[in-house]
Amino acid sequence: MCRDVKVLDVTPHGPHGAEHGFFTMRLENPGIAQAVAGQFLMVRAAAFGVNPVWPRPFSISRLTPDAITLFIQACGRGTDILAGLGAGDTVTIWGPLGQGFAMEPESRTLMLAGGVGLAPFVEYTASHPVPANLALLFGHRAPLDCYPYAAMADRIRTTTFLERTPADREVFIGLLDEQVAAYADGLIVACGPRPFLVTVARLARKYSARAQVSLENRMACGVGGCLGCVEKNALGGYVQTCTQGPVFWVEELQLTGDA
Amino acid sequence: MTVDTRVRLPGLELKNPILTASGTFGYGLEFENYGDLRQLGGIAVKGLSLLPRLGNPMPRLAETPCGMLNAIGLQNCGVETFLRDTLPRLPWRETPIIANLYACDADEFAELAGVLAAAPGVAALEVNISCPNVKAGGIAFGQDPCMAGRLTEAVKKRAGNTPVWVKLSPNVTDIVSIARAAVLAGADALTCINTLTGVSVDIRTRKPRLANVIGGLSGPAIKPVALRCVWQVCRAVSVPVIGVGGISSAEDVLEFLLVGAHAVQIGTATFMRPDMAFRIAARLPELMAELGIDDLDSYRGSLKTR
Repeated sequence: MCRDVKVLDVTPHGPHGAEHGFFTMRLENPGIAQAVAGQFLMVRAAAFGVNPVWPRPFSISRLTPDAITLFIQACGRGTDILAGLGAGDTVTIWGPLGQGFAMEPESRTLMLAGGVGLAPFVEYTASHPVPANLALLFGHRAPLDCYPYAAMADRIRTTTFLERTPADREVFIGLLDEQVAAYADGLIVACGPRPFLVTVARLARKYSARAQVSLENRMACGVGGCLGCVEKNALGGYVQTCTQGPVFWVEELQLTGDA
Repeated sequence: MTVDTRVRLPGLELKNPILTASGTFGYGLEFENYGDLRQLGGIAVKGLSLLPRLGNPMPRLAETPCGMLNAIGLQNCGVETFLRDTLPRLPWRETPIIANLYACDADEFAELAGVLAAAPGVAALEVNISCPNVKAGGIAFGQDPCMAGRLTEAVKKRAGNTPVWVKLSPNVTDIVSIARAAVLAGADALTCINTLTGVSVDIRTRKPRLANVIGGLSGPAIKPVALRCVWQVCRAVSVPVIGVGGISSAEDVLEFLLVGAHAVQIGTATFMRPDMAFRIAARLPELMAELGIDDLDSYRGSLKTR
Protein backbone atom coordinates (compact mmCIF):
# COMPACT_ATOMS: atom_id res chain seq x y z
CA MET A 1 0.00 0.00 0.00
CA CYS A 2 1.25 3.49 -0.86
CA ARG A 3 0.68 6.00 1.90
CA ASP A 4 0.88 9.77 2.02
CA VAL A 5 2.64 10.86 5.20
CA LYS A 6 3.62 14.18 6.67
CA VAL A 7 7.24 15.19 6.99
CA LEU A 8 7.95 15.96 10.66
CA ASP A 9 11.30 17.61 10.00
CA VAL A 10 14.31 17.62 7.72
CA THR A 11 17.54 18.63 9.41
CA PRO A 12 21.18 18.63 8.37
CA HIS A 13 23.03 16.14 10.53
CA GLY A 14 25.36 17.98 12.89
CA PRO A 15 27.19 21.28 12.36
CA HIS A 16 28.86 20.07 9.15
CA GLY A 17 25.89 18.11 7.79
CA ALA A 18 24.67 20.84 5.44
CA GLU A 19 28.11 21.31 3.92
CA HIS A 20 28.48 17.58 3.23
CA GLY A 21 24.85 16.93 2.26
CA PHE A 22 23.97 14.61 5.15
CA PHE A 23 20.53 15.06 6.62
CA THR A 24 17.92 13.32 8.69
CA MET A 25 14.32 13.16 7.52
CA ARG A 26 11.68 12.23 10.03
CA LEU A 27 8.26 11.15 8.77
CA GLU A 28 5.09 10.53 10.70
CA ASN A 29 4.64 6.79 11.14
CA PRO A 30 1.35 5.84 9.43
CA GLY A 31 1.08 2.62 11.43
CA ILE A 32 4.11 0.55 10.51
CA ALA A 33 4.37 -1.67 13.57
CA GLN A 34 7.72 -3.21 12.83
CA ALA A 35 10.55 -3.42 10.38
CA VAL A 36 13.70 -5.49 10.32
CA ALA A 37 16.87 -3.39 10.25
CA GLY A 38 18.06 -3.44 6.64
CA GLN A 39 14.58 -3.26 5.15
CA PHE A 40 13.86 -0.14 3.12
CA LEU A 41 11.14 2.32 2.26
CA MET A 42 10.42 3.84 -1.13
CA VAL A 43 9.92 7.59 -0.91
CA ARG A 44 8.44 9.92 -3.49
CA ALA A 45 7.81 13.64 -3.08
CA ALA A 46 5.06 15.37 -5.04
CA ALA A 47 7.78 17.75 -6.23
CA PHE A 48 9.37 14.89 -8.16
CA GLY A 49 6.59 15.36 -10.72
CA VAL A 50 7.70 13.29 -13.70
CA ASN A 51 11.39 14.05 -13.16
CA PRO A 52 12.89 12.03 -11.57
CA VAL A 53 10.58 9.18 -12.56
CA TRP A 54 11.82 6.77 -9.91
CA PRO A 55 11.09 7.02 -6.22
CA ARG A 56 14.13 6.75 -3.95
CA PRO A 57 14.83 3.76 -1.68
CA PHE A 58 16.17 4.38 1.85
CA SER A 59 16.88 1.92 4.58
CA ILE A 60 14.89 2.58 7.71
CA SER A 61 17.33 4.17 10.13
CA ARG A 62 14.93 4.19 13.06
CA LEU A 63 11.33 3.16 13.54
CA THR A 64 9.25 4.22 16.53
CA PRO A 65 5.47 4.36 16.89
CA ASP A 66 5.61 8.11 16.26
CA ALA A 67 8.21 8.47 13.57
CA ILE A 68 10.20 6.89 10.78
CA THR A 69 13.72 8.27 10.58
CA LEU A 70 15.71 8.18 7.36
CA PHE A 71 19.36 9.17 7.12
CA ILE A 72 20.07 10.53 3.66
CA GLN A 73 22.99 11.93 1.70
CA ALA A 74 21.97 14.48 -0.91
CA CYS A 75 23.71 13.31 -4.06
CA GLY A 76 21.42 13.97 -7.00
CA ARG A 77 18.11 15.32 -8.17
CA GLY A 78 15.88 13.08 -6.03
CA THR A 79 17.74 13.48 -2.75
CA ASP A 80 18.23 17.22 -3.38
CA ILE A 81 14.45 17.63 -3.64
CA LEU A 82 13.96 15.63 -0.45
CA ALA A 83 16.58 17.74 1.35
CA GLY A 84 14.54 20.82 0.47
CA LEU A 85 11.34 19.56 2.10
CA GLY A 86 10.21 20.76 5.50
CA ALA A 87 7.74 20.10 8.30
CA GLY A 88 4.20 19.68 7.01
CA ASP A 89 5.18 18.67 3.47
CA THR A 90 3.80 15.35 2.26
CA VAL A 91 5.67 12.42 0.78
CA THR A 92 4.34 9.11 -0.52
CA ILE A 93 5.94 6.01 0.95
CA TRP A 94 5.60 2.27 0.54
CA GLY A 95 7.26 -0.41 2.59
CA PRO A 96 8.96 -1.77 4.60
CA LEU A 97 10.32 -3.66 1.60
CA GLY A 98 12.86 -6.41 1.07
CA GLN A 99 14.78 -8.62 3.44
CA GLY A 100 16.64 -7.15 6.40
CA PHE A 101 19.67 -8.27 8.35
CA ALA A 102 19.80 -11.43 10.43
CA MET A 103 19.89 -10.79 14.14
CA GLU A 104 21.29 -13.44 16.47
CA PRO A 105 21.32 -11.94 19.95
CA GLU A 106 23.68 -14.60 21.32
CA SER A 107 26.24 -14.33 18.49
CA ARG A 108 29.12 -11.89 18.64
CA THR A 109 28.08 -9.53 15.88
CA LEU A 110 30.18 -7.06 13.91
CA MET A 111 28.56 -4.24 11.99
CA LEU A 112 30.66 -2.89 9.12
CA ALA A 113 29.49 0.44 7.78
CA GLY A 114 30.80 2.74 5.07
CA GLY A 115 29.56 6.35 4.94
CA VAL A 116 25.82 6.74 4.61
CA GLY A 117 25.68 2.93 4.95
CA LEU A 118 25.60 3.53 8.70
CA ALA A 119 21.85 4.21 8.42
CA PRO A 120 20.38 0.72 9.02
CA PHE A 121 22.71 0.05 11.92
CA VAL A 122 21.10 2.75 14.03
CA GLU A 123 17.95 0.62 14.09
CA TYR A 124 19.98 -2.59 14.36
CA THR A 125 21.76 -1.26 17.43
CA ALA A 126 18.60 0.14 19.01
CA SER A 127 16.67 -3.10 18.56
CA HIS A 128 19.46 -5.53 19.49
CA PRO A 129 18.60 -7.24 22.79
CA VAL A 130 22.22 -7.87 23.81
CA PRO A 131 24.26 -4.77 22.93
CA ALA A 132 27.28 -6.26 24.69
CA ASN A 133 27.53 -8.69 21.75
CA LEU A 134 27.57 -5.89 19.22
CA ALA A 135 30.49 -3.93 17.76
CA LEU A 136 30.84 -1.43 14.92
CA LEU A 137 33.64 -0.57 12.53
CA PHE A 138 32.72 2.59 10.67
CA GLY A 139 34.67 4.07 7.76
CA HIS A 140 33.77 7.60 6.71
CA ARG A 141 35.02 10.59 4.70
CA ALA A 142 33.01 13.48 6.15
CA PRO A 143 33.45 14.57 9.80
CA LEU A 144 32.03 12.03 12.23
CA ASP A 145 29.31 14.39 13.46
CA CYS A 146 27.73 14.27 10.00
CA TYR A 147 26.54 10.74 10.78
CA PRO A 148 24.07 9.36 13.38
CA TYR A 149 26.96 7.81 15.20
CA ALA A 150 26.88 9.30 18.69
CA ALA A 151 23.79 7.43 19.91
CA MET A 152 25.32 4.14 18.79
CA ALA A 153 28.64 4.84 20.48
CA ASP A 154 26.80 5.28 23.79
CA ARG A 155 25.44 1.77 23.56
CA ILE A 156 28.10 -0.40 21.92
CA ARG A 157 31.81 -0.75 21.25
CA THR A 158 32.83 1.20 18.16
CA THR A 159 35.87 1.85 15.99
CA THR A 160 35.89 4.65 13.45
CA PHE A 161 38.21 5.42 10.58
CA LEU A 162 38.36 8.70 8.68
CA GLU A 163 39.47 8.29 5.09
CA ARG A 164 41.22 11.55 4.24
CA THR A 165 42.89 10.48 0.99
CA PRO A 166 42.46 7.49 -1.30
CA ALA A 167 45.75 6.16 0.10
CA ASP A 168 44.07 5.74 3.49
CA ARG A 169 41.90 3.05 2.01
CA GLU A 170 44.59 0.40 2.31
CA VAL A 171 44.80 1.12 6.03
CA PHE A 172 41.04 0.76 6.35
CA ILE A 173 41.08 -2.52 4.41
CA GLY A 174 43.73 -3.70 6.87
CA LEU A 175 41.38 -2.86 9.73
CA LEU A 176 38.53 -4.67 8.01
CA ASP A 177 40.76 -7.71 7.54
CA GLU A 178 41.61 -7.83 11.26
CA GLN A 179 38.01 -7.38 12.34
CA VAL A 180 36.53 -9.93 9.94
CA ALA A 181 39.14 -12.42 11.13
CA ALA A 182 38.21 -11.67 14.74
CA TYR A 183 34.51 -12.25 14.07
CA ALA A 184 34.88 -15.30 11.83
CA ASP A 185 33.02 -17.37 14.41
CA GLY A 186 30.29 -14.79 14.87
CA LEU A 187 28.01 -12.79 12.58
CA ILE A 188 29.04 -9.93 10.30
CA VAL A 189 26.59 -7.47 8.76
CA ALA A 190 27.73 -4.81 6.28
CA CYS A 191 26.30 -1.80 4.48
CA GLY A 192 28.12 0.74 2.35
CA PRO A 193 29.29 1.46 -1.18
CA ARG A 194 29.74 -1.45 -3.55
CA PRO A 195 33.58 -1.55 -3.52
CA PHE A 196 33.42 -1.75 0.27
CA LEU A 197 30.95 -4.65 0.12
CA VAL A 198 33.08 -6.44 -2.46
CA THR A 199 35.99 -6.19 -0.03
CA VAL A 200 33.87 -7.44 2.87
CA ALA A 201 32.72 -10.39 0.77
CA ARG A 202 36.32 -11.22 -0.18
CA LEU A 203 37.43 -11.12 3.45
CA ALA A 204 34.45 -13.15 4.61
CA ARG A 205 35.41 -15.84 2.12
CA LYS A 206 39.04 -15.63 3.22
CA TYR A 207 38.15 -16.30 6.87
CA SER A 208 35.05 -18.43 6.27
CA ALA A 209 33.06 -15.87 8.20
CA ARG A 210 29.27 -15.73 8.14
CA ALA A 211 28.53 -12.37 6.61
CA GLN A 212 25.65 -10.44 5.12
CA VAL A 213 25.87 -7.42 2.83
CA SER A 214 23.21 -4.87 1.95
CA LEU A 215 23.40 -3.93 -1.73
CA GLU A 216 22.64 -0.51 -3.17
CA ASN A 217 21.77 -1.53 -6.74
CA ARG A 218 19.68 0.99 -8.60
CA MET A 219 15.98 0.23 -8.37
CA ALA A 220 13.05 1.41 -10.42
CA CYS A 221 9.98 -0.12 -8.80
CA GLY A 222 11.32 -1.65 -5.58
CA VAL A 223 8.64 -4.32 -5.57
CA GLY A 224 9.87 -6.95 -8.05
CA GLY A 225 8.07 -5.67 -11.11
CA CYS A 226 10.88 -4.68 -13.45
CA LEU A 227 13.79 -7.09 -12.84
CA GLY A 228 16.16 -4.15 -13.17
CA CYS A 229 18.01 -4.21 -9.84
CA VAL A 230 19.33 -7.74 -10.17
CA GLU A 231 22.61 -9.08 -8.83
CA LYS A 232 24.45 -12.16 -10.05
CA ASN A 233 24.07 -15.03 -7.65
CA ALA A 234 26.53 -17.80 -6.88
CA LEU A 235 24.87 -20.13 -9.38
CA GLY A 236 25.26 -17.66 -12.26
CA GLY A 237 21.62 -16.61 -12.28
CA TYR A 238 20.16 -13.33 -11.12
CA VAL A 239 18.46 -12.40 -7.87
CA GLN A 240 16.38 -9.30 -7.33
CA THR A 241 17.87 -6.80 -4.91
CA CYS A 242 14.49 -5.29 -4.06
CA THR A 243 12.55 -8.39 -3.05
CA GLN A 244 15.16 -11.08 -2.40
CA GLY A 245 17.59 -8.51 -0.91
CA PRO A 246 18.82 -5.91 -0.38
CA VAL A 247 20.50 -7.99 2.34
CA PHE A 248 22.16 -11.21 1.13
CA TRP A 249 24.54 -13.73 2.66
CA VAL A 250 27.83 -13.30 0.80
CA GLU A 251 27.86 -16.94 -0.28
CA GLU A 252 24.59 -16.36 -2.15
CA LEU A 253 26.32 -13.89 -4.47
CA GLN A 254 29.33 -13.68 -6.73
CA LEU A 255 29.90 -10.05 -5.72
CA THR A 256 33.10 -9.54 -7.62
CA GLY A 257 34.27 -6.56 -9.61
CA ASP A 258 35.97 -3.29 -8.86
CA ALA A 259 36.85 -3.27 -5.18
CA MET B 1 -23.20 11.60 -14.30
CA THR B 2 -22.40 7.95 -14.89
CA VAL B 3 -19.90 7.31 -17.60
CA ASP B 4 -19.22 4.17 -19.58
CA THR B 5 -15.56 3.19 -19.54
CA ARG B 6 -16.01 -0.14 -21.30
CA VAL B 7 -13.93 -0.91 -24.36
CA ARG B 8 -14.77 -3.54 -26.96
CA LEU B 9 -11.82 -5.17 -28.67
CA PRO B 10 -11.89 -8.12 -31.06
CA GLY B 11 -12.87 -11.14 -28.98
CA LEU B 12 -12.53 -9.24 -25.74
CA GLU B 13 -14.31 -6.65 -23.65
CA LEU B 14 -12.42 -4.53 -21.13
CA LYS B 15 -14.15 -2.89 -18.19
CA ASN B 16 -11.93 0.13 -18.71
CA PRO B 17 -9.14 1.09 -21.10
CA ILE B 18 -6.35 0.85 -18.49
CA LEU B 19 -3.98 -2.06 -18.97
CA THR B 20 -0.50 -2.53 -17.60
CA ALA B 21 2.43 -2.67 -20.00
CA SER B 22 4.49 -5.81 -20.34
CA GLY B 23 7.76 -5.66 -18.45
CA THR B 24 6.60 -3.05 -15.97
CA PHE B 25 4.14 -5.04 -13.89
CA GLY B 26 5.96 -8.32 -13.30
CA TYR B 27 3.51 -11.18 -13.60
CA GLY B 28 0.84 -9.13 -11.82
CA LEU B 29 1.02 -10.74 -8.39
CA GLU B 30 3.89 -8.43 -7.38
CA PHE B 31 1.33 -5.60 -7.31
CA GLU B 32 -1.48 -7.27 -5.37
CA ASN B 33 -0.57 -5.27 -2.26
CA TYR B 34 -1.02 -1.99 -4.08
CA GLY B 35 -4.50 -2.32 -5.53
CA ASP B 36 -7.24 -4.68 -6.63
CA LEU B 37 -6.10 -6.36 -9.84
CA ARG B 38 -9.79 -6.75 -10.74
CA GLN B 39 -10.11 -3.01 -11.21
CA LEU B 40 -7.72 -2.96 -14.13
CA GLY B 41 -8.89 -3.23 -17.72
CA GLY B 42 -6.23 -5.86 -18.31
CA ILE B 43 -2.77 -7.02 -17.36
CA ALA B 44 -0.02 -7.57 -19.93
CA VAL B 45 2.49 -9.75 -18.13
CA LYS B 46 6.26 -9.82 -18.47
CA GLY B 47 7.42 -11.18 -21.85
CA LEU B 48 7.43 -14.96 -21.95
CA SER B 49 9.62 -17.31 -23.94
CA LEU B 50 9.40 -21.08 -24.39
CA LEU B 51 12.33 -21.64 -22.05
CA PRO B 52 13.40 -19.50 -19.10
CA ARG B 53 15.78 -16.67 -20.00
CA LEU B 54 18.55 -15.30 -17.82
CA GLY B 55 18.42 -11.77 -19.21
CA ASN B 56 21.19 -9.22 -19.64
CA PRO B 57 24.16 -8.47 -17.38
CA MET B 58 23.80 -5.70 -14.79
CA PRO B 59 23.51 -2.77 -14.56
CA ARG B 60 20.26 -2.91 -16.43
CA LEU B 61 18.72 0.44 -15.52
CA ALA B 62 19.58 4.11 -15.84
CA GLU B 63 17.45 7.10 -14.99
CA THR B 64 17.21 9.87 -17.60
CA PRO B 65 15.36 13.21 -17.63
CA CYS B 66 11.62 12.41 -17.37
CA GLY B 67 12.35 8.81 -18.22
CA MET B 68 14.62 5.82 -17.92
CA LEU B 69 16.61 3.35 -19.95
CA ASN B 70 16.35 -0.37 -19.42
CA ALA B 71 18.11 -3.38 -20.85
CA ILE B 72 16.55 -6.26 -18.95
CA GLY B 73 16.90 -8.65 -21.87
CA LEU B 74 13.58 -10.45 -21.37
CA GLN B 75 14.59 -12.31 -18.23
CA ASN B 76 11.62 -14.56 -17.56
CA CYS B 77 10.58 -17.80 -15.92
CA GLY B 78 9.50 -19.50 -19.14
CA VAL B 79 5.98 -20.19 -20.32
CA GLU B 80 5.58 -23.48 -18.45
CA THR B 81 6.30 -22.02 -15.02
CA PHE B 82 4.06 -19.06 -15.75
CA LEU B 83 1.12 -21.22 -16.75
CA ARG B 84 1.58 -23.63 -13.85
CA ASP B 85 2.51 -21.33 -10.96
CA THR B 86 1.37 -17.80 -11.75
CA LEU B 87 -1.62 -17.70 -14.06
CA PRO B 88 -3.91 -19.74 -11.75
CA ARG B 89 -3.30 -17.16 -9.01
CA LEU B 90 -4.26 -14.21 -11.19
CA PRO B 91 -7.92 -13.06 -11.33
CA TRP B 92 -8.14 -14.00 -15.00
CA ARG B 93 -11.91 -14.50 -14.92
CA GLU B 94 -12.43 -10.84 -14.03
CA THR B 95 -9.42 -9.20 -15.65
CA PRO B 96 -8.09 -10.18 -19.06
CA ILE B 97 -4.52 -11.42 -18.89
CA ILE B 98 -2.48 -10.57 -21.97
CA ALA B 99 0.48 -12.87 -22.53
CA ASN B 100 3.43 -11.12 -24.14
CA LEU B 101 5.45 -13.48 -26.36
CA TYR B 102 9.09 -13.41 -27.30
CA ALA B 103 10.83 -15.97 -29.51
CA CYS B 104 13.86 -16.18 -31.80
CA ASP B 105 12.12 -17.30 -34.99
CA ALA B 106 8.73 -17.94 -36.57
CA ASP B 107 8.58 -21.61 -35.57
CA GLU B 108 9.29 -20.80 -31.96
CA PHE B 109 6.73 -17.99 -31.99
CA ALA B 110 4.17 -20.43 -33.38
CA GLU B 111 4.91 -23.06 -30.77
CA LEU B 112 4.72 -20.52 -27.95
CA ALA B 113 1.47 -19.14 -29.33
CA GLY B 114 0.00 -22.63 -29.40
CA VAL B 115 0.91 -23.28 -25.77
CA LEU B 116 -0.44 -19.94 -24.53
CA ALA B 117 -3.61 -19.92 -26.61
CA ALA B 118 -4.52 -23.36 -25.27
CA ALA B 119 -4.31 -22.13 -21.67
CA PRO B 120 -7.59 -21.06 -20.13
CA GLY B 121 -7.05 -17.63 -18.68
CA VAL B 122 -4.96 -16.13 -21.46
CA ALA B 123 -7.24 -13.52 -23.02
CA ALA B 124 -4.95 -12.33 -25.79
CA LEU B 125 -1.45 -12.79 -27.16
CA GLU B 126 0.80 -9.78 -27.57
CA VAL B 127 3.61 -10.54 -30.00
CA ASN B 128 6.80 -8.74 -29.08
CA ILE B 129 8.59 -7.94 -32.33
CA SER B 130 10.10 -4.82 -30.86
CA CYS B 131 12.34 -5.60 -27.90
CA PRO B 132 15.53 -3.55 -28.26
CA ASN B 133 17.44 -5.56 -25.68
CA VAL B 134 17.92 -9.02 -27.12
CA LYS B 135 20.50 -10.20 -29.63
CA ALA B 136 18.32 -12.56 -31.67
CA GLY B 137 15.22 -11.15 -33.28
CA GLY B 138 13.53 -8.62 -31.06
CA ILE B 139 13.60 -5.24 -32.62
CA ALA B 140 14.93 -6.54 -35.94
CA PHE B 141 11.68 -8.48 -36.40
CA GLY B 142 9.73 -5.30 -36.05
CA GLN B 143 11.84 -3.26 -38.45
CA ASP B 144 11.06 -5.30 -41.54
CA PRO B 145 7.46 -5.41 -42.80
CA CYS B 146 7.93 -8.86 -44.38
CA MET B 147 9.30 -10.33 -41.14
CA ALA B 148 6.61 -8.62 -39.05
CA GLY B 149 3.97 -10.11 -41.32
CA ARG B 150 5.50 -13.58 -41.28
CA LEU B 151 5.72 -13.72 -37.50
CA THR B 152 2.21 -12.39 -37.08
CA GLU B 153 0.94 -15.04 -39.45
CA ALA B 154 2.84 -17.78 -37.62
CA VAL B 155 1.31 -16.77 -34.29
CA LYS B 156 -2.15 -16.23 -35.74
CA LYS B 157 -2.20 -19.75 -37.23
CA ARG B 158 -1.71 -21.31 -33.83
CA ALA B 159 -3.71 -18.86 -31.75
CA GLY B 160 -7.14 -20.30 -32.49
CA ASN B 161 -9.77 -17.90 -31.21
CA THR B 162 -7.36 -16.04 -28.97
CA PRO B 163 -6.88 -12.48 -30.26
CA VAL B 164 -3.40 -11.61 -31.45
CA TRP B 165 -1.93 -8.17 -30.76
CA VAL B 166 1.35 -7.11 -32.30
CA LYS B 167 3.57 -4.72 -30.35
CA LEU B 168 5.36 -2.31 -32.65
CA SER B 169 8.70 -0.57 -32.37
CA PRO B 170 9.08 3.18 -32.86
CA ASN B 171 12.68 2.59 -34.02
CA VAL B 172 11.69 2.41 -37.67
CA THR B 173 11.59 4.73 -40.64
CA ASP B 174 7.90 4.17 -41.25
CA ILE B 175 5.81 2.61 -38.50
CA VAL B 176 2.75 2.59 -40.75
CA SER B 177 4.31 0.08 -43.17
CA ILE B 178 4.98 -2.31 -40.28
CA ALA B 179 1.49 -1.78 -38.91
CA ARG B 180 -0.07 -2.52 -42.27
CA ALA B 181 2.00 -5.68 -42.68
CA ALA B 182 0.92 -6.97 -39.27
CA VAL B 183 -2.74 -6.22 -39.98
CA LEU B 184 -2.58 -7.88 -43.40
CA ALA B 185 -1.13 -10.94 -41.71
CA GLY B 186 -4.10 -11.10 -39.37
CA ALA B 187 -3.26 -9.00 -36.30
CA ASP B 188 -6.42 -8.29 -34.29
CA ALA B 189 -4.92 -5.23 -32.62
CA LEU B 190 -1.65 -3.32 -32.47
CA THR B 191 0.21 -2.10 -29.40
CA CYS B 192 2.09 1.15 -30.05
CA ILE B 193 4.85 1.63 -28.91
CA ASN B 194 7.73 -0.28 -27.39
CA THR B 195 10.73 1.69 -26.08
CA LEU B 196 12.97 3.95 -28.13
CA THR B 197 16.58 2.87 -28.23
CA GLY B 198 18.98 5.07 -26.29
CA VAL B 199 22.33 5.29 -24.55
CA SER B 200 23.50 6.93 -21.33
CA VAL B 201 27.17 7.36 -20.40
CA ASP B 202 29.22 8.51 -17.43
CA ILE B 203 31.91 11.05 -18.40
CA ARG B 204 33.98 10.38 -15.28
CA THR B 205 34.19 6.58 -15.33
CA ARG B 206 33.92 6.66 -19.14
CA LYS B 207 31.56 3.72 -18.89
CA PRO B 208 28.09 3.24 -20.33
CA ARG B 209 25.40 3.29 -17.64
CA LEU B 210 23.98 0.00 -18.98
CA ALA B 211 26.10 -3.11 -19.32
CA ASN B 212 24.32 -3.69 -22.63
CA VAL B 213 25.32 -0.10 -23.68
CA ILE B 214 22.06 0.33 -25.62
CA GLY B 215 18.74 0.23 -23.82
CA GLY B 216 15.12 1.16 -24.30
CA LEU B 217 13.95 4.65 -23.35
CA SER B 218 10.56 4.91 -21.66
CA GLY B 219 8.61 7.28 -19.46
CA PRO B 220 6.98 10.70 -19.93
CA ALA B 221 9.89 11.77 -22.14
CA ILE B 222 8.60 9.57 -24.98
CA LYS B 223 4.90 10.45 -24.78
CA PRO B 224 4.89 12.80 -27.80
CA VAL B 225 6.60 10.12 -29.91
CA ALA B 226 4.04 7.53 -28.79
CA LEU B 227 1.15 9.88 -29.54
CA ARG B 228 2.55 10.52 -33.00
CA CYS B 229 2.88 6.80 -33.70
CA VAL B 230 -0.62 6.02 -32.44
CA TRP B 231 -2.06 8.88 -34.49
CA GLN B 232 -0.32 7.72 -37.67
CA VAL B 233 -1.18 4.06 -37.19
CA CYS B 234 -4.82 4.70 -36.28
CA ARG B 235 -5.29 6.62 -39.50
CA ALA B 236 -3.76 3.83 -41.56
CA VAL B 237 -5.31 0.64 -40.19
CA SER B 238 -8.78 -0.49 -39.19
CA VAL B 239 -7.88 -2.65 -36.16
CA PRO B 240 -7.85 -1.23 -32.63
CA VAL B 241 -4.64 0.31 -31.34
CA ILE B 242 -3.47 0.04 -27.75
CA GLY B 243 -1.48 3.17 -26.93
CA VAL B 244 1.55 3.01 -24.66
CA GLY B 245 4.40 5.39 -23.96
CA GLY B 246 4.81 7.84 -21.10
CA ILE B 247 1.27 7.72 -19.71
CA SER B 248 1.19 8.83 -16.09
CA SER B 249 -2.27 10.34 -15.57
CA ALA B 250 -5.90 10.00 -16.62
CA GLU B 251 -5.37 13.10 -18.75
CA ASP B 252 -2.63 11.28 -20.62
CA VAL B 253 -5.03 8.37 -21.20
CA LEU B 254 -7.55 10.67 -22.86
CA GLU B 255 -4.81 12.13 -25.06
CA PHE B 256 -4.17 8.67 -26.49
CA LEU B 257 -7.88 7.98 -26.96
CA LEU B 258 -8.27 11.36 -28.64
CA VAL B 259 -5.73 10.42 -31.32
CA GLY B 260 -7.52 7.13 -31.89
CA ALA B 261 -6.39 4.49 -29.36
CA HIS B 262 -8.97 2.05 -28.01
CA ALA B 263 -7.10 1.40 -24.79
CA VAL B 264 -3.77 2.19 -23.19
CA GLN B 265 -1.03 0.55 -21.19
CA ILE B 266 0.62 2.06 -18.14
CA GLY B 267 4.32 1.28 -18.12
CA THR B 268 7.10 3.29 -16.51
CA ALA B 269 4.58 5.27 -14.45
CA THR B 270 4.10 2.12 -12.37
CA PHE B 271 7.70 2.64 -11.25
CA MET B 272 6.80 6.17 -10.14
CA ARG B 273 4.44 4.49 -7.70
CA PRO B 274 3.22 0.88 -7.76
CA ASP B 275 -0.45 1.85 -7.43
CA MET B 276 -0.34 4.15 -10.48
CA ALA B 277 -2.46 2.00 -12.84
CA PHE B 278 -5.10 1.56 -10.13
CA ARG B 279 -5.17 5.29 -9.43
CA ILE B 280 -5.52 6.14 -13.11
CA ALA B 281 -8.32 3.56 -13.50
CA ALA B 282 -10.14 5.14 -10.54
CA ARG B 283 -9.57 8.68 -11.75
CA LEU B 284 -10.58 8.21 -15.40
CA PRO B 285 -14.39 8.10 -14.85
CA GLU B 286 -14.19 11.24 -12.71
CA LEU B 287 -12.24 13.03 -15.40
CA MET B 288 -14.66 11.84 -18.10
CA ALA B 289 -17.55 13.21 -16.06
CA GLU B 290 -15.75 16.53 -15.58
CA LEU B 291 -15.22 16.82 -19.33
CA GLY B 292 -18.72 15.60 -20.24
CA ILE B 293 -17.53 12.43 -21.94
CA ASP B 294 -20.30 9.82 -21.62
CA ASP B 295 -18.50 6.94 -23.25
CA LEU B 296 -15.17 6.28 -24.86
CA ASP B 297 -16.51 5.26 -28.26
CA SER B 298 -17.78 8.77 -28.89
CA TYR B 299 -14.54 10.40 -27.78
CA ARG B 300 -12.11 8.09 -29.53
CA GLY B 301 -10.32 9.61 -32.50
CA SER B 302 -12.20 12.90 -32.22
CA LEU B 303 -9.10 15.05 -32.57
CA LYS B 304 -9.95 18.22 -34.45
CA THR B 305 -7.15 18.82 -36.90
CA ARG B 306 -8.76 21.70 -38.67
